[in-house]
Amino acid sequence: MAGIVGTPIFEAPVAEGSRDQHMVLNMGPQHPATHGVLRLVVEIDGEIIVRLYPEIGYLHTGIEKTCEAKFYQQVVPLTDRINYLDPLSNNLCYCLAVEKLLDLEIPERAQWIRVMLTELSRLNSHLIWLGTHAMDIGALTVFLYTFREREEILRLFEAVAGQRMMTSYFRIGGLSMEPPIDFFDRVRTFIRTFGEKIDEYSNLLTGNPIFMNRLKGVGYLSAEDAIAFGVTGPPLRASGVDIDLRRDMPYSSYEKFQFKVPISHAGDTWARYEVRLIEMRESVKIIEQALDGMPGGPVKADAPKIVLPDREKMKTQMEALIHHFKIVTEGFDVPAGEVYQGIECGHGQVGYYVVSDGTAKPYRVHMRYPSFATLQALETMCKGRMIADLVAVIGSIDIVLGEIDR
Amino acid sequence: MTKSNSLMGKLAVLDGLPEHPAVKAILAWKPDALADAKFEFDELTLTIVPGEIRAAAGTVRSAGYNFFEDMTAVDWHPGSPRFQLSYHILSHAFKERIRLRVLLEDGDPSVESITAVWVGANYFEREVFDLFGIRFEGHPNLRRIMMPDEWVGHPLRKDYPVEGYR
Repeated sequence: MAGIVGTPIFEAPVAEGSRDQHMVLNMGPQHPATHGVLRLVVEIDGEIIVRLYPEIGYLHTGIEKTCEAKFYQQVVPLTDRINYLDPLSNNLCYCLAVEKLLDLEIPERAQWIRVMLTELSRLNSHLIWLGTHAMDIGALTVFLYTFREREEILRLFEAVAGQRMMTSYFRIGGLSMEPPIDFFDRVRTFIRTFGEKIDEYSNLLTGNPIFMNRLKGVGYLSAEDAIAFGVTGPPLRASGVDIDLRRDMPYSSYEKFQFKVPISHAGDTWARYEVRLIEMRESVKIIEQALDGMPGGPVKADAPKIVLPDREKMKTQMEALIHHFKIVTEGFDVPAGEVYQGIECGHGQVGYYVVSDGTAKPYRVHMRYPSFATLQALETMCKGRMIADLVAVIGSIDIVLGEIDR
Repeated sequence: MTKSNSLMGKLAVLDGLPEHPAVKAILAWKPDALADAKFEFDELTLTIVPGEIRAAAGTVRSAGYNFFEDMTAVDWHPGSPRFQLSYHILSHAFKERIRLRVLLEDGDPSVESITAVWVGANYFEREVFDLFGIRFEGHPNLRRIMMPDEWVGHPLRKDYPVEGYR
């Protein structure tokens, strides 16, 4: 294939006088402020960024190709590994896409538990963003507080799924199992005090003059640019575009919940900080509503050829044993077609594009992840600013390299 | 599977959804550019003839489908036409998504880039170029994005070997 050219490290322009001399600086791929293995080739004029080129792909593991060799239900654990900070959103998006192809009705209780856990997962994602973002700016203390609460969330995930990070709790057709008996009480205990915890973070940061000076007016992104670059989630809403798929194109019963979508028109790093803080408070409200109105009933769809039977049934009923054996060894056929399912995760809009050719393995799975598109806007946000602002801006767009490289 | 609310084929869609803003816009602009259409799983798919994708993207953008969300390819090897490009475009005003589709034949497949309409298509087109080997004419920086620059082959093609030594 022609036209594949070498790594685009900028040629440092050798200017006539020393005043115009630009320097090319490699930031990463092992830089702590890039939140993973992101390499930024930055051309600087003194301290001012002239050009910036993100170089990605260091974490590319070919998950999309792997999906083509797995049964539909075996893809679920792969999705956890993409955005490891918000695992349940990935599970949800994939399951919703396949359920759309299968035309499967999900019991209400499963949908509500999905909403509740996805919101917990969003809190998890935002807590890591807040901790690491503040740490990049130099406010080390916040990190300890946010990780204290994150630990609680991970314990909840462990209680419900048996795994702290790679949960794989949502399955095609519902949940993997009913949550433990005291689970909802534990979530309630956690949520009851979480509002105060957000106040605590806010007290540490919102009035802090150093934090404010580093963030205000930095990394400006206009609404037009944000839309043109495909930026989604909190950065888009911080630029004044009022769109949230949970409210505007509801999925998994989100239409039954009342919550506000925070927006800001400032478009800078500070606006993104404020939007995310309010989002955390709204997530708490959604979880409270889910706990209060949790419907009863099964957590798995009534589709014995698709959903694995309960352990108890599998050991006592011949039919269930046969279905179990068939699903595990042969998978289940999914009708041919193509679907795209979009959801709103902690970072922005996730989309799963699943193409089926009628067999038990997906013909093609493509994931649209928000950080991939948001990274394109980085140069626009940083151009003409100090190099120290770059660290603040990367922190504020909240990228996960696992989902960029996939 | 054909669901009760699905419309297969261009005529059925033109008949069933005459008031759909994207369909209307495409028809007003150039009816010949629309090769095929279907409405399935509540998703509208418009198949555009390969040479017209950039103009079609501009047309649906003016019609209110303002947000480029996703773009990828599917390899139907050994079928023909081999490659399918799927563009997913969201409308913030209508809260609705459409899919534009382009079918390409094998043998140095190439198509016009839509980066002139949405800058954000840049990375997505680079990814398709890298993993499928489809060229995008007019792309500002068509380089490999995931694989190393000296890599040979395009891993997401169906005829790419998945085992053995290379």
